[in-house]
Parts: sequence; C-alpha cells; structure tokens
Amino acid sequence: MSAAIVAHPRAARRTQAGCSASPSRALRNRLARVAGLTALTAGMSVIIGCAAQQPHDYSAYRAHMPRSILVLPPRNESVDVNAPYSYLSTITRPLAEAGYYVFPVAVIDQFLKDNGLPTPDEMHTASLAKIRQIIGADAVLYVTIEEWGQKYQVLQSTTVVKARATLVDTASGTTLWDGKAVMSEGSGGGGDPIVMIVAAVVDQVLDTSTDRCHDIAQHANVVMIYDPQHGLLPGPRSPSYATDNRGR
Amino acid sequence: MASDDGAMRSSRARAARLLGAALLPLLGLSACVQEKKTLYAWGSYEQLVYQMYANPGKADPGTQIAKLTEDVARIKAEGGRVAPGVHAHLGYLYYTQGQPALAQEEFTIEKQLFPESAVFIDGMLARMRKQ
Repeated sequence: MSAAIVAHPRAARRTQAGCSASPSRALRNRLARVAGLTALTAGMSVIIGCAAQQPHDYSAYRAHMPRSILVLPPRNESVDVNAPYSYLSTITRPLAEAGYYVFPVAVIDQFLKDNGLPTPDEMHTASLAKIRQIIGADAVLYVTIEEWGQKYQVLQSTTVVKARATLVDTASGTTLWDGKAVMSEGSGGGGDPIVMIVAAVVDQVLDTSTDRCHDIAQHANVVMIYDPQHGLLPGPRSPSYATDNRGR
Repeated sequence: MASDDGAMRSSRARAARLLGAALLPLLGLSACVQEKKTLYAWGSYEQLVYQMYANPGKADPGTQIAKLTEDVARIKAEGGRVAPGVHAHLGYLYYTQGQPALAQEEFTIEKQLFPESAVFIDGMLARMRKQ
C-alpha cells in the first residue's frame, strides 16, 4: 500500500479514461482501490488560474509582437485519441478575440497533411523558416495535451483538461509566451449541501452531453489567454492593444 | 393569466438562481474574465470544425458550405464582422467540391478582410491556378 502512495501521481494517471470512454467493471473495481488517494484531491474540483503568481516576463513578447498566429494541431499525451482535434476547435475564438489573426485551423491541418506531415507530432517538427515562408505566420502556437478525460473515483468522476502551450516567433525562434490551460470539474466539491446536490444532478445531465472535455477546454483556454498576470497580451486587432501596459 | 405569468417568472427565476449556484463552482472562471463586446460574430464556424473531426457525417462539405454561407449572410445583414478563417475555410470547402471560381472568391475576401493571411492565401490561389 505504501508503494501505491508513493506512486500516487502515476496511479492517478492510470485512472484516467478518455472523454468518450467508459471504464469496465473490473477497471472500476481496481480504481476504487486507489480512489482513497484521489479522493484527497476531490475537494479541489475546480482549478483556475486566479491564484497570485509572479507576473510573466513580457519583454520578448513585446519585442516581437505577432499580428498572426498559426495554431498547429496539438500533440497528444493523453489517452484519448480524439483530444487533439476536439481541442483544436476551441482555440481560434479566444485567440482571435484577443486581437490576433488566426489561420483557419482545419485548412492548415489539411494543407500540412497534403504536404507530407500526416500527424501533429510531425507537424510540430516543421521548420519555422518554412512556416514563415509558405504560410506567413508571425508566430506559431504549439499545444501539447497532457490530460483529457475522466478520472473515476468512488462515487463520482472528475473531468480533467490539461494542456500546455508555447508561442514562438517564426522570425527569430524566440519563445514569446507559454501558458497552461488547466481545468477540472467534478460532482463533489465542498460547501453548501444543497448546491452540492443540485450540482450532482446538473453533472449527471451534463455527462450525457457529447464531449464534456471539449466544453471544459473552451473555458480553460479563456482562463489561460485572458489571465491578467500570465495571459496573452492584446494583439494588434484588440481595442486594448495600445493601452495594455504589461511588459512596457 | 397575469398571475400565472408572475408565478412562472418567479419559479423560473428560482430555477435560474439554483442553476446559477450549481454552476458557480464550474464557472469559477467568470470572476477573472471581464465581460467584453466581442470583435467578431462566430456563427457555427468552430462547431463545424469540431464536427468535421468528431462526427464527420454531420459536417460533410455540403453541409458546412450551407451553414457558413448562411452565417456570413446573416452577419453581414446584422452589420457584424466575420471571424478570421471563415472565408478561407469556405474557400477550401469550395475547392474540395470542384468549384474553383467560388473558392477563389472566398480566399480573396479572407485576404481583403485580413491582410495578415496574404502569404498563405496567395499560395493557395497560385497552387489552384497551377492545377
């Protein structure tokens, strides 16, 4: 048992299933044994990026302010094979609303596939010089999905989306910004028992929807991109482009 | 009738409050994101991108073209701005459907609205012409 405790992070990882997947009974039983450990973290059902942190260093970002961003289909470290393209359909809107031109993600995906880069892993190896020359993007957003799916616990499940993103200047290769889109949502949570009961009912309803991770990723992206300390700077098309003082 | 309306309103308000309370933990992020007027009208673009991978049967090129052209017409009529990528996506759909004239038209609109796309769009147009 002590070994299981030491191995907690990995155990928690094993309990994760894809968003659309449903675990077998045997798996559930096995999971129930490690659930005591994961239950410890159940209280933290919503993790958001509002905590006080050191502000991001925006000097490189300011020096190479991009007008356009190319989002490559994400690399996938999660167990859900559908995660990358589900995520890809959640990222254009918050980036564009932040004031950047965002290349059409599906067209770019097909274009790269047609040009000898069939998978996100291979797309992420494309040279910045080529991307600049052929697509004309000022910056590339590289996203890697770390977790995407449900963690099963004794009485409930938690839906988790976790991705890391890096914005790189195509002219200089400089990393302009990096961030994490992290959000989890569970039917537990402390506090008002009435709220908890209603929340559980709502969760049951929501769980029948097609893809909770997709919806959670939308929220996670908004939090990541608009975080006042660590988010993206407003781009040239944003009304607050000239007035935002971060990194000046 | 009026009292029915009133009762319905108040029960709906109660339901909304309860739902609000229930959703609060889920939507904790609202506290740190300012409500702002959006730059663009989005229509069904991102939903279609999602469907074309998750559920291709529901988003074949014909369906996508129908929805996006409808979006564009409505957004124009309402005086809104079409989001970046929509016209290029539409252009690519026309291209896959063997309609190069319409593809060229849409690509050109994308470039006019968003000069940032010029290198990519010019490349697409040049490759189309070569075929």
